[in-house]
Amino acid sequence: MDYATVAKAVQQGGTLYFIVIFLAGCAYAFWPKKKAEFDAAARLPLEEDA
Amino acid sequence: MSVTTSAERGTPLDAVILAVGLGLGAFLSLLMAAGTADPLFRIHAYVFLAAFTLGLGVVVVRLTDPARREDGSRYMDGVVRAGVVASMFWGLAGFAVGCLIAAQLAFPNLFYFPDLPWTNFGRMRPLHTSAVIFAFGGNVLIASSFYVVQRTCKARLFGGLLPWFVFWGYQLFIVLAATGYLMGVTQSREYAEPEWYVDIWLTIVWVAYLLAFLGTIWKRQEKHIYVANWFYLGFIVTIALLHVVNNLAIPVSAFASHSYSLFAGVQDALTQWWYGHNAVGFLLTVPFLAMMYYFVPKRAERPVYSYRLSIVHFWSLIFIYIWAGPHHLHYTALPQWAQTLGMTFSIMLWMPSWGGMINGLMTLSGAWDKLRTDPVIRMMVVALAFYGMATFEGPLMSVRAVNALSHYTDWTIGHVHAGALGWVGFISFGALYCLVPWLWNKPGLYSIKLVEWHFWIATTGTLLYICSMWVSGIMEGLMWREYTSEGFLAYSFVETVSAKHVSNVIRLLGGLMFLGGAGVMAFNLWKTIRMPSAAPEAARLVAQPALAAAE
Repeated sequence: MDYATVAKAVQQGGTLYFIVIFLAGCAYAFWPKKKAEFDAAARLPLEEDA
Repeated sequence: MSVTTSAERGTPLDAVILAVGLGLGAFLSLLMAAGTADPLFRIHAYVFLAAFTLGLGVVVVRLTDPARREDGSRYMDGVVRAGVVASMFWGLAGFAVGCLIAAQLAFPNLFYFPDLPWTNFGRMRPLHTSAVIFAFGGNVLIASSFYVVQRTCKARLFGGLLPWFVFWGYQLFIVLAATGYLMGVTQSREYAEPEWYVDIWLTIVWVAYLLAFLGTIWKRQEKHIYVANWFYLGFIVTIALLHVVNNLAIPVSAFASHSYSLFAGVQDALTQWWYGHNAVGFLLTVPFLAMMYYFVPKRAERPVYSYRLSIVHFWSLIFIYIWAGPHHLHYTALPQWAQTLGMTFSIMLWMPSWGGMINGLMTLSGAWDKLRTDPVIRMMVVALAFYGMATFEGPLMSVRAVNALSHYTDWTIGHVHAGALGWVGFISFGALYCLVPWLWNKPGLYSIKLVEWHFWIATTGTLLYICSMWVSGIMEGLMWREYTSEGFLAYSFVETVSAKHVSNVIRLLGGLMFLGGAGVMAFNLWKTIRMPSAAPEAARLVAQPALAAAE
């Protein structure tokens, strides 16, 4: 395996990896069932003294 | 019932482990002092010895006197209070040294004595950078993270005396680093100048920090891990990784201060800038965003604008930031594709940076009037504005063609200070103004008017600083690339230096104003601490038992 092959594999693999992991993150954040949990979490700093 | 309470009142395991560790450390430093022929190394061995012995004494007193042990049913706020005081102290010191070296750039003979090498700019500059980044910034982060993780997890800090070890161990690291720079002990790596033995010490302290933080999350009574804790955790884990890899080195001997890096050539350059840029990303950005996600909602009394955005913000920011380092190495021996990769990821950073900034700003929706009435909120908003500006400018400067003009000039210095003074400074000031009345149980700050003064002096100073560096940076960049009709360089280096004199004086003025503002703040916080405390009922609320919080 020469340098060019490794570089190419890393570049293309990295791009693919980034796209997949970004989409996974978005799916987690925007999953409809999670909405209630996240809305509650947004108020977390305000609720500790109540 | 609270797990911490019984554990801490029963076996003082934490104190025993700490005492053994400190005793071992004292013995090792004695060996170091005895075995070395290097006078600078011996001084540091004595510093270690003094610190370990002192620490051992304190721990033994605690071990033998149960009355001195802290009440485990309350939040551990003592260490946060200590962190707030240390932040203010190191902040003033770091800003003052910054003003001194700015003065040296404007007036080169000022405070420079050839017989006293420590007055040289080359030794003072790392003193300034480390003092503001690690001593001021680091203490603000450790203190605020210890505060935030307890409140958002509704749990007392993990590990008994462990957080105190983190705090004092970190101060020891700062003292070793600072004295080392002044004596000339350095491995000359940007933002990582301390030598191998100080690096090992910081690694131990940092792992203890990770343990204390993770342990607190582990025993949390709140199901959800709040986004600020994700940002703090990202910071702690990544800094550990960066610190260890960048500082891989072989000491000349176990009894000498000098070491040689494991890397050479372009691999060394890439490692250094992978570290260097991520020091900016993961120390000066990520954990300060954690502070934004806690202190802005808290102070504005509004929920986070979009919690979902904060999740996308976190994951995209940490994933992209780690790749941006190579933009420091345009036009070098680094392969072109790797340079372009660094540049591309820097430009991609526009999205999470601005997404996060907008999320912070929009958290104020419904509370915009507070901008007018509360200068502390205004400080945080200005911090976010500077954050937006600096994170717009950074990707721009990472573009190869722009970098050809900006690199090695004062433009870079101006850019760094837009982030450091504007973003890191102001969000820290905002957080400290919040924390002091909360921690010391005061009804409010000593004087809101003084906060106004601080705000305006420091903002004006920051703007003077940034604008003067834009002017001098672009001017010197243009002068460096100017050719005569015969193809010679039009200006000698010293001509570009003298052309910057006026800008350097204005920069000094801006720095002095920033320092003056911090002085006003220190006075205000000191007076706040000395004020009579709020009612005792409120005192119980501040140090809320973990039991009640679980309801």
